[in-house]
Amino acid sequence: MRLLTHNMLSSNIKGVSNGFPLRLDVENSVSKEVEFNPDFLRNMFSKIDWKALVDAARSMGYAELPEEAPDSSMLDSDEFLKKFHHALLELHLDEGALICPETGRRFPVNKA
Amino acid sequence: MWYLCVFYHRLLDYRRPEVEALAELFGAFGEDGDNSPRRSLEWKLPKNHHSDSPFHLVNLPSEDIARKIANRSILVKGIYELWGEGSSYEELEVAIKNHPDDRKLPYLTQQSTFRITVDSFGKAISFQEQNERIKGLAYIPFKGRVNLRNPDHKFWLMETDDYGSQNGLPPVVERRIFFGREVGAADRKLLPTYQLKSRTYLGPTAMDAEMAFLMANQALAMPGKLVYDPFVGTGSILVAAAHFGAMTMGADIDIRVVRDGRGPDCNVWSNFKQYGLPMPISLLRADNNLPPWRPGLKEVFDAIICDPPYGVRAGGRKSGGRKLLKGAVDPYTVPEEKRTDHIPSTAAYSLVECIHDLLDLASRMLVMGGRLVFFYPVLREDGSSDAQFPEHPCFKLIAACEQILSLRYSRVLLTMVKTAPYSEEIAESARKKHIDFKENHVKWLEEGNLRSSVFSPIDPLSDTAEDYKVNKDSKPKYRGKYV
Repeated sequence: MRLLTHNMLSSNIKGVSNGFPLRLDVENSVSKEVEFNPDFLRNMFSKIDWKALVDAARSMGYAELPEEAPDSSMLDSDEFLKKFHHALLELHLDEGALICPETGRRFPVNKA
Repeated sequence: MWYLCVFYHRLLDYRRPEVEALAELFGAFGEDGDNSPRRSLEWKLPKNHHSDSPFHLVNLPSEDIARKIANRSILVKGIYELWGEGSSYEELEVAIKNHPDDRKLPYLTQQSTFRITVDSFGKAISFQEQNERIKGLAYIPFKGRVNLRNPDHKFWLMETDDYGSQNGLPPVVERRIFFGREVGAADRKLLPTYQLKSRTYLGPTAMDAEMAFLMANQALAMPGKLVYDPFVGTGSILVAAAHFGAMTMGADIDIRVVRDGRGPDCNVWSNFKQYGLPMPISLLRADNNLPPWRPGLKEVFDAIICDPPYGVRAGGRKSGGRKLLKGAVDPYTVPEEKRTDHIPSTAAYSLVECIHDLLDLASRMLVMGGRLVFFYPVLREDGSSDAQFPEHPCFKLIAACEQILSLRYSRVLLTMVKTAPYSEEIAESARKKHIDFKENHVKWLEEGNLRSSVFSPIDPLSDTAEDYKVNKDSKPKYRGKYV
């Protein structure tokens, strides 16, 4: 599971009022190369919950993203876009689980 | 400038909307202004031609845009700069001679190579006759050399005849001949490459490759965009969107297609790998009725393309067992040890509820100006259809293209553009409707008159009714022909 997907999903259990962000329990993470498309990244940037992305990337061992949501002028920096690209699209949770922040229920993730 | 646009003689309803969609994609209407009143092209028909004729005249802002449209389209055989037309070869000669020299001479120079192709509609022209026709064009001062394989300039001489009826069209009253320079042509080679019979993983309702490309064109799929299919199945629609460079994401309620496929080398992922396309961002096992999106997530998709389950070959399913929805049994509580990987049971999901959920999802999740493209089934009576299409205050219907499937059924590809933001009131009325559906699910399903609950105007806010009547011209009878 990529972090873009993680950033979009919440726990859908009946009665849960705030199921986002799902915590990550990482057993194994992999990185798969994805073609770099700056337009797509600029498009997605405003729609991402930045904190959730940074936390998720850290729990997968990638700490290159700035803690605070950068302002949109950073979108002209290739260096920043490459990091954003890597965190958003190339990091995969291969084995592990998503954990509902309210009920603690585990949603296992394996391959893809 | 006016161009001659010649179509393949198939999927007649889909032809102009495809060109219009691509015109939008390549900026023929200028930047932005999604709410501007008229974002469509000017069209004309040649003299005495019926609107189902393959020959159309279209006004496009530049040759560059015309080329891009033609090259990306599926149904455009070619777009031509018309040098002349007439109902006889004498008339044609006069017309070509009157075409301004500065439009002709740059393409006739000594250094360039060229080719003339003779084509016809509704009749065959023998090889010998073709040669004679070409020789008859000697009054055009060609200076360059002929190159049949890979010429710089391609010229076309096209003819329709005036006899009888042709391929299901009403007879053309008058013979018509066109001569023009090709600006661009469709790449139909895509279709054999992507044809379903060579696709590894297929389901019973996999979308035909040609139609999938048309849908991707209607949705303006291109690099940098995110396209979502909530009924992804074997991914046949997303493959087309990915071919045009869009990022894709899919969901399905059927865990088998999303997770397993038919093994490690025969699943949705392998379908993308087969064509060397970038993999979807993700495939989710999700219920269109209870979407898993986080609160606050909206306007994230640039387009939603799908073929909703309409219960002919594959019926819709949603979460919740039938008995449970009926209130006959208490909700089943999953024992703790079985929680992991538990997939909830599903019940029948009627088309109306499905469409309601789809419109609600799309109005929330699409960017402004984003497109919702989906198929909608229609019952045909007396060989014609007079369908009423779903409406939503956030959406404007811009194209409805019918594909006739049998005497009784057809399906209509609807293209809608998001023109108004998703508001609290809309969310609230959608939520009420959702509960309504849930409470009356079994009753309505058994009575079978769900249609009225959705098609009766729920919302006086909707002001789209008038726009959409334009698309409802009754169709002539001979459309019973399956083209």
